[in-house]
Amino acid sequence: MDLKIDITEGIGKSTVKLFGEIDAYTAPQLKEKLLPLTKIERNQVEVNLENVHYMDSTGLGVFISALKSTKENNSELRLVDLQDRVLRLFRITGLDEIITIDTAIRGGNN
Amino acid sequence: METLNTDISNYRNLLKHYIEIRDEQSLYGAEQLSKMFIKNNVPPEEIVNLHIQALEELYPDVPEYFRHSMNFLVEIMITYGIAYQENYSLREEQSQLKSEIAVAANMQETLLATTKPETEDLDIGVVSAPANQMSGDYYHFLEGKDNSIGIAIADVIGKGIPAALCMSMIKYSMDSLPEATMSPKTILKNLNRVVERNVDAGMFITMFYIQYLPAKNKIRYASAGHEPGFYYNAETKTFEEIKAKGLVLGVSPDADYREYERTINKGDMVVLLTDGVTECKQGDRFIETEEVLEVIEQYSDLPAQEMVNKVYKHFERMQNFQFRDDFTLLVFKKEV
Repeated sequence: MDLKIDITEGIGKSTVKLFGEIDAYTAPQLKEKLLPLTKIERNQVEVNLENVHYMDSTGLGVFISALKSTKENNSELRLVDLQDRVLRLFRITGLDEIITIDTAIRGGNN
Repeated sequence: METLNTDISNYRNLLKHYIEIRDEQSLYGAEQLSKMFIKNNVPPEEIVNLHIQALEELYPDVPEYFRHSMNFLVEIMITYGIAYQENYSLREEQSQLKSEIAVAANMQETLLATTKPETEDLDIGVVSAPANQMSGDYYHFLEGKDNSIGIAIADVIGKGIPAALCMSMIKYSMDSLPEATMSPKTILKNLNRVVERNVDAGMFITMFYIQYLPAKNKIRYASAGHEPGFYYNAETKTFEEIKAKGLVLGVSPDADYREYERTINKGDMVVLLTDGVTECKQGDRFIETEEVLEVIEQYSDLPAQEMVNKVYKHFERMQNFQFRDDFTLLVFKKEV
């Protein structure tokens, strides 16, 4: 299974849309694309996970690295539109309390 | 030199035969010869040289330009020869690495070995199987002077050798903790500091630590982002999730862990697992937690070790004997 990574860069803001699976095979690609964005001073990085239906713990590792990098570079990381299975992983690991996760926009209306 | 001489005459005869008759048999001979060259690690430029020599012996009047062209070919083959040599030594190195990893995997087993506590109180069963050679899953037992029993189950994120090395670190820090600090939340807090200081940014560990207190008929537990366990109530014959919230080890240096406590009755059972169990797949479909519990319940009358073995076999069959992740299942039943 593949992971497709779409990046839109604006002024002070980057949006990353992911499609597919994040696992041991695709996590390195994600890390390579995501980490540089968090290294831009004051950059707001938004990762859209609407189309990620599977993620394993290696994926969590990438987001932890990204979070640590935002702390060093005064940038921000925000995850949006997580599917339930993926969100569960963040909840179990307690990472939902240290990473900003926006779940409210699911479906668009509420 | 002896072999080279036989090589030359062999090659010459074969070449002559081919030029004169061009039959299948000489092609077969060529294939055999080629295999022998590979086996004896003969570089490609040597083979071209052999060809020139054989040709000159067979046809002394080979045209000058042809002779030059063959020498040109020898030059071309030299770089190929070097690449071939590199490839050869890489293969050698690879097989050496493979056997070193096998030794390391063995050592890991010895280093991380833990003994099931001998107790009348609990019947403990555990099965742990790596997806690859080295496991990132781990379980450990600690026994207190007050007869309390500590059980840790952990999963290192990041696989293979780094994960395995990390496990040894966890084990030794756990063994060196003074007994007074054996409460689940203190253990996790201490380990978190060790991991945070010593591993790299993308790596972390999840752990569930549970302590059985025989004098009080209670269990105390805390979780560092680990997959929730299950509590089986023998009286109502139902499972419930053991909820415990806490951050994974190694992410934030000042994480605190909440400790939970509950009474455990005779016949009740606690199930701890890693996500290799809950992330089992049948075809493209993930197994739901309820199905895992159903399988466990199906075998719940068996002694704990037999039970976990049966459950493991069940999922092994379901996944065609190929786990995507390390698989660890630990169960204990209160006997008295």
